[in-house]
Amino acid sequence: MSDNNQSILLMKGNEAIAHAAIRCGCDGYFGYPITPQSEILETLAAEKPWETTGMVVVQAESEVASINMIYGGGGAGKRVMTSSSSPGVALMQEGITYMAGAEIPALIVNVQRGGPGLGTIQPSQGDYFQATRGGGNGDYQVIVLAPASVQEMADFVDLAFELAFKYRNPAMILADGIIGQMMEKVVLPPFKPRRTEEEIRRECPWASIGRTPDRERNVITSLELNPSAMESRNLHLQEKYAQIRRDEVRFEETMTEDADYIIVAFGSAARIAAKAISICRANGIKVGLLRPITLFPFPTLRIQQLAEKVKGILCVEINAGQMVQDVRLASEGRCPVAHYGRMGGIVPTPDDIINALTNEFRG
Amino acid sequence: MTRNEIIAPENLVYHKPTLMNDNHMHYCPGCSHGVVHKLVAEVIEEMGLTDHAVGISPVGCSVFAYNYIDIDWQEAAHGRAPAIATAIKRLWPDRLVFTYQGDGDLACIGTAETIHALNRGENITIIFINNAIYGMTGGQMAPTTLLGQKTSTCPYGRQADLHGYPLKITEIAATLEGTCYVTRQSVQTVAAIRKAKAAIRKAFENSMNGRGSNLVEIVSTCSSGWKLTPVEANKWMTEHMFPFYPLGDLKDTTIE
Repeated sequence: MSDNNQSILLMKGNEAIAHAAIRCGCDGYFGYPITPQSEILETLAAEKPWETTGMVVVQAESEVASINMIYGGGGAGKRVMTSSSSPGVALMQEGITYMAGAEIPALIVNVQRGGPGLGTIQPSQGDYFQATRGGGNGDYQVIVLAPASVQEMADFVDLAFELAFKYRNPAMILADGIIGQMMEKVVLPPFKPRRTEEEIRRECPWASIGRTPDRERNVITSLELNPSAMESRNLHLQEKYAQIRRDEVRFEETMTEDADYIIVAFGSAARIAAKAISICRANGIKVGLLRPITLFPFPTLRIQQLAEKVKGILCVEINAGQMVQDVRLASEGRCPVAHYGRMGGIVPTPDDIINALTNEFRG
Repeated sequence: MTRNEIIAPENLVYHKPTLMNDNHMHYCPGCSHGVVHKLVAEVIEEMGLTDHAVGISPVGCSVFAYNYIDIDWQEAAHGRAPAIATAIKRLWPDRLVFTYQGDGDLACIGTAETIHALNRGENITIIFINNAIYGMTGGQMAPTTLLGQKTSTCPYGRQADLHGYPLKITEIAATLEGTCYVTRQSVQTVAAIRKAKAAIRKAFENSMNGRGSNLVEIVSTCSSGWKLTPVEANKWMTEHMFPFYPLGDLKDTTIE
């Protein structure tokens, strides 16, 4: 796996994340085992990238330590990442809000499982609120990417790092136990070298890596006790989030042009919804799919446009109804919006989705 | 001796370390932090590591350490400084990476991060200010508060049955395979200050030479938290802290 092989491989989503990290110039991974994503750390440990690219791999004592390790590594200008699953990501929220406050780029992968609490090791999308509402204390946002295939697990690692450094903000890949565990064809991204010290000093003049005589000391901190300075800092963050909302919305549409009904779904729920849509189409029901790829920023404007012309929108999620709130806010009553979801580790079938659509809008 | 003779460069006996800037310190009169900050600044300067030093400040009184010593800093969440230092040192192995933490930060909320960073043998130094009280939040009980010592959250004195025992985390650190140098110092006299400086220097040298992790505890005063004058605080520390937290090296693997 050390050459620039562009051949088609078969692997799990979790493995694809690990291989993509090695290939896209990642400097360090810090993580703690938890099902259903331990293959990420296991794959890295087996690949030994410290002997090839020089990437550091550390098994930390907890998720709290992992997230603070990437806070440190990101603060020192390096491309660093961690991964976990829902209960572990709950523990990481302290570190994520510090990173947002101090404007530290880093990648967090959440391969979601069902909750609340220790919950289940089966797949879920129950952390949508946690991911898109900040999750920790204070007013902040994390850039959130939702992969729907093993290929996107591989592709989003580099994309997340690029966005994180472009905006000096933590970025998250919000996957789930299905995408993490299932095996699919994947073409790994081409090799990209790790950045040199000179490149880091040029691209991250804010990084805390040793003061050179030509600049003042750098301090990475989220602390500011002067209220007017702290308000300015918050306003700066809000301007940054507004720019992200303007420039970074990503989504995919399938058969929406002539659709009477739209299904909005992300991640693995979108894969199941796509099957439901093809069955509906075969039966003469015009249904289209809008799949948000970025959950923050959310494709609010496009949903608003679609809500103008369709008879109804069904949100399909593997949770009790979380993204549906954002879809309702976007559609602002222009059309009926309903939710269909399963919990506890149960994954909806295409037939479940078709029945829900029929009951909500065609009954 | 004339004034000109006194200020002649060859007669210079002391100067403020160039890494200490002119920002007014927020520390209380009689607090040990100012002296320890000065020692850290002096050692970094003397080792020629100004361009290669990264300090990690904690949550607590020394949260603002970055305002006083002119090197690059990162400010940690409460207790997490050793995790941050771990990553920076692993990613930038030729840097001097050290944390500067108080007893609440290091020995209470951050115990896991402290023990595991030390036990992994990370090539870092932890400077541990132990004044047996939470200073920043106004004098609450710390993990190192002595039995019988009064604080705002044990106003009748710390009792073992109610509050448990004071934690000797430095003794624990000395048992860990990953630690190279573990020592307990103080800064209440000129002689003690000189010894503490030598300890910090040795710890920093070990960190740069990849010999493992280093813990330098400084038994310190908190005259405001203890509600004593600076002179009384030094006396109280000598009479009460030193018997329970005896000074000296607990472990030194650099000695064959």
